[in-house]
Amino acid sequence: MADFDVPKIKEDIIVPKIHPGIMEQSGPFVAKPEHQKDLGYPEKLLDNWQEAAIEKMGELLKKYRSLKVFMDSCVKCGACTDKCHYYLGTSDPKNMPVARQDLFRKVYRRYFTLAGKYFPKLVGAVDLTEDVLDDWYNYYHQCSECRRCSVYCPYGIDTAEVTMAAREVMASVGKGQKYSNEIIGKVYKIGNNLGLPEPALIDTLEGLEEEVFEDTEVEVKYPVDKKGVEVLLITPSADFFAEPHVDGLIGYGKVFHQAGISWTLSSKASEAANFGLFIGSYENMRRIALRIREAAIELGVKRIIFGECGHAWRVAYSFLNTLAGPWDFLDQRYPIPQHIIEFTYDLIQKDKLKLDPSENDHMTLTFHDSCNVARGSRMGDKPGGQFELPRAVIKAVCNNYVDMRPDTIGEGTYCCGGGGGLLTDDLMEVRVKGALPRMTALGQAVEEMGVTHMAAICAICKSQFSKVLPYYGFTMDQIVSVHQLVSNAILLEPGQKNEPGSNSDD
Amino acid sequence: MSVLSVFFVFLYYVATAILFVGLGYRIWVYFKTPAPLKIPTTPAPTTVGGVVLRMTREVTLFESLFKSNKWIWLFGWLFHFGLLLVLLRHLRYVTEPVWWWVTMLQPFGKYASFAMVLGLLGLLARRIVVDRVRYISSPSDFLMLLLLLGIGLSGMLMTFASKADIVSLKEFLFGMMSFDLQPFPGQPVLVIHMLLVALLMIVFPFSKLLHAPGVFFSPTRNQVDNPREKRHVASWAAKLESGKR
Ligand code: SF4
Ligand code: SF4
Repeated sequence: MADFDVPKIKEDIIVPKIHPGIMEQSGPFVAKPEHQKDLGYPEKLLDNWQEAAIEKMGELLKKYRSLKVFMDSCVKCGACTDKCHYYLGTSDPKNMPVARQDLFRKVYRRYFTLAGKYFPKLVGAVDLTEDVLDDWYNYYHQCSECRRCSVYCPYGIDTAEVTMAAREVMASVGKGQKYSNEIIGKVYKIGNNLGLPEPALIDTLEGLEEEVFEDTEVEVKYPVDKKGVEVLLITPSADFFAEPHVDGLIGYGKVFHQAGISWTLSSKASEAANFGLFIGSYENMRRIALRIREAAIELGVKRIIFGECGHAWRVAYSFLNTLAGPWDFLDQRYPIPQHIIEFTYDLIQKDKLKLDPSENDHMTLTFHDSCNVARGSRMGDKPGGQFELPRAVIKAVCNNYVDMRPDTIGEGTYCCGGGGGLLTDDLMEVRVKGALPRMTALGQAVEEMGVTHMAAICAICKSQFSKVLPYYGFTMDQIVSVHQLVSNAILLEPGQKNEPGSNSDD
Repeated sequence: MSVLSVFFVFLYYVATAILFVGLGYRIWVYFKTPAPLKIPTTPAPTTVGGVVLRMTREVTLFESLFKSNKWIWLFGWLFHFGLLLVLLRHLRYVTEPVWWWVTMLQPFGKYASFAMVLGLLGLLARRIVVDRVRYISSPSDFLMLLLLLGIGLSGMLMTFASKADIVSLKEFLFGMMSFDLQPFPGQPVLVIHMLLVALLMIVFPFSKLLHAPGVFFSPTRNQVDNPREKRHVASWAAKLESGKR
C-alpha cells in the first residue's frame, strides 16, 4: 500500500528511541516560479539567498516578540521532546519540538548573539549553509503548527511560531512550498483553495439542494451571493464536495432552514481556510482575510459564521478582528465571527431545533479535538468552550458518545498529522506516521468502548483521516462531520419554508 | 590592598554592571518588540486578572512543566526553590542590621542548598541518561549545570565545613557598596565560590538564563484571550493598514 513502513498501532502511545536522520530526505515539492510570483516572493532561490535570509531573520526578530523571546528562552530541559506526534511517529530527533526550533536557533545564535559569534561550538551555533537550508526545508515541513509543544513548555515556547518564521524566511529567499503557495494563488485568482469557479460552485450547490429535497422533501436552500441576508457563511471549499465534508455543509443548511435565518455563501470568499497562516506571512494572511470583509460589505450581511475548519477558525477567532476589522457594521449582539458550532449550540439551548438523536443510533461516536481549535481559539464565552460546545452538540444529536483517553483530547489533543500545510501527497509518509498517536488512541476507543466513528470539525482533519485511516486498518468512512450528525438527526417538516430576512433566533 | 582584593573589587564591579545593563537591555528589547497577533495557548484566561494568576502559577508552581514531565518538574522545582531560599539567606551578607525575616529564613536557607544541589544533579543525570535530552544538549548546557553545581557545592562547603570569615567578607561587600574599599578575605573556597558567582553574573544576559525574564514576555502565556471583543493591532501592522485597504 505504501512505499514506506507504516507504523503498527501498539497497545499504547510509545516514546521511541531516537533515530537521527531517518526523515532527512522527506520534504515537499518546492514552489514553482509562478506560485512564488503570485504571492510576491522571488521566483527562484536568490543568488545571495544566505545574506537575504539573515536579513529576513533580523526583520522577523524585530517584528515578532514571540520569535525573539522563544529564541532566547529555551533551556533545553527536554520537556517537549516527547510531545510531537511527528517525533512519536517517525523517531527522527529533529522532529522533537526543541530540536526543530534549534534548526533556526543555531543560526540565530551564530548571527545575532555574542556567544554564537565568538564561541559557536560552545553554544551550538552554525552558519547558514546549504545543508542547513535543506534541513530547514524538510523539517519545517514536518511540523503541522499544531501547538501541542507550547502547552507543555514551561515558557510556552510555541514551535509553530518558529516554523512559520522559517517558512517565511525560505519563501522570501525563493524557496517556498508548492502546495501552500499554489493554493494561496488560487484563492487570489478564483476565491477558494480548490480553484472552484463561481458557475461550478452554483452548480454544485443546486445539486445539493436537489439531493436534500429528494431525501427530505423539504426545500432547503444553499444560496450563493444573495444580498441583504442575515448571515454570511464562510466555509472551507472542501465542504462543497469532499466526503464527509459535504454532509456537514448539508447539515449547516438544514440548521439555518429550521431556525428560519436567512444566509448565503459568497463566491468571492468561498474559502474559510487561510493558508497565509501556514507560510507565516502576515501580509498574505491579511490579504486573504480582507476578502471576507469585502464580501460582507458587498452582500450587506449582519453576521459572519464560519463552517467546520480548524486553522480557519484559529485565524477567524484570534486574528480576523486584527487583520480585517473593525467590524462595526455587523450586528454587535453576536460574536464576530461566530462558529457554526456556537450557532447550532445556541439554537439547541433555546430549543429551536427538532432533533431525534436515535437517527444516529447505528454509530458510537468519539470526537477528535482539532489542534488549532483546541489550542488557538475558543468557542462560547468561557475558556475551554472549544471542547465543551462541540461535545454538547454531538450529545444532543447522538445517544452513543464516548471520549478517547484524556491525554489525547482537549488541550493535549494530537494533531491529525495533516495540518499546517502538509495535506499534500508529496508528504504522505510524514502524514501517515504523524497520525500514529491519534490512531492509537482511536484504536483503544474502538477496542474498549466500541467506538465506530470519529467526528471532527476541521476540513483538513477530515481529508487527512479519510486518507490515513485505511493505512491503520480502519475504513475511510469512519470519520464524520459534526454537522453531518446534526443533519441526520434534524427533523425537517415538509412545507416549512426558509423565509428570507426573518430573524427569529432571539 | 592585595592583588587578590583589587582583582575581586574590579571583577564584581564589572560583573554587576554587565548583569544589570545586559539584563536591562534584553528586557527593553523584549518590551519594545511588538506582538502583532493574539497567540495565547488556549484555553487561556479572558481577563487580565486571569493572566496574572496563570503567570503566577507558571513561575511559582511550574504548571506547564508539571503537566509535561514529573521528573523534570521535580528536579527543576527543587533547584529553583532551593536557589531562591539560598539567595534570600544571602541577603544577610549585604544588609546591616539583617532583616528579621532573613534571620528567620536562616535555617531553611542552609538546608535549601541540599535541595538545590539535588535538583541540579537530577537535571544533569537526565541530560546524560535520556537519549532525547542528550541529543539536544550543547556543551554550554552541561557547563551551565556544572557552574551552578560548583557554586552550590562550594557554598555548602563553607556553610557546613570550613566556615568562611563572614565578618571580613561582609566588610568587603559593604566596602564595595559604599566605595570605601576593604580587603577580600582570601580563603580558597571562598575565592572559588565568588569567582564562579561572578562568572554566572557575567554570562547571565548572554545565555539561556534569559528564560527568567523571557517567561514574563512569552505571548502564549501573557496574553488575554479576548480577540473578538477587543481589536489588537501592532504598530507595524497599523502602518500596513493605513497604506491600503
Ligand atoms: S520544553 Fe521549552 S524550554 Fe524545554 S526544551 Fe522544549 S522548548 Fe526548550
Ligand atoms: S507545533 Fe505540533 S507539529 Fe510542530 S513541533 Fe510542535 S507538536 Fe510538533
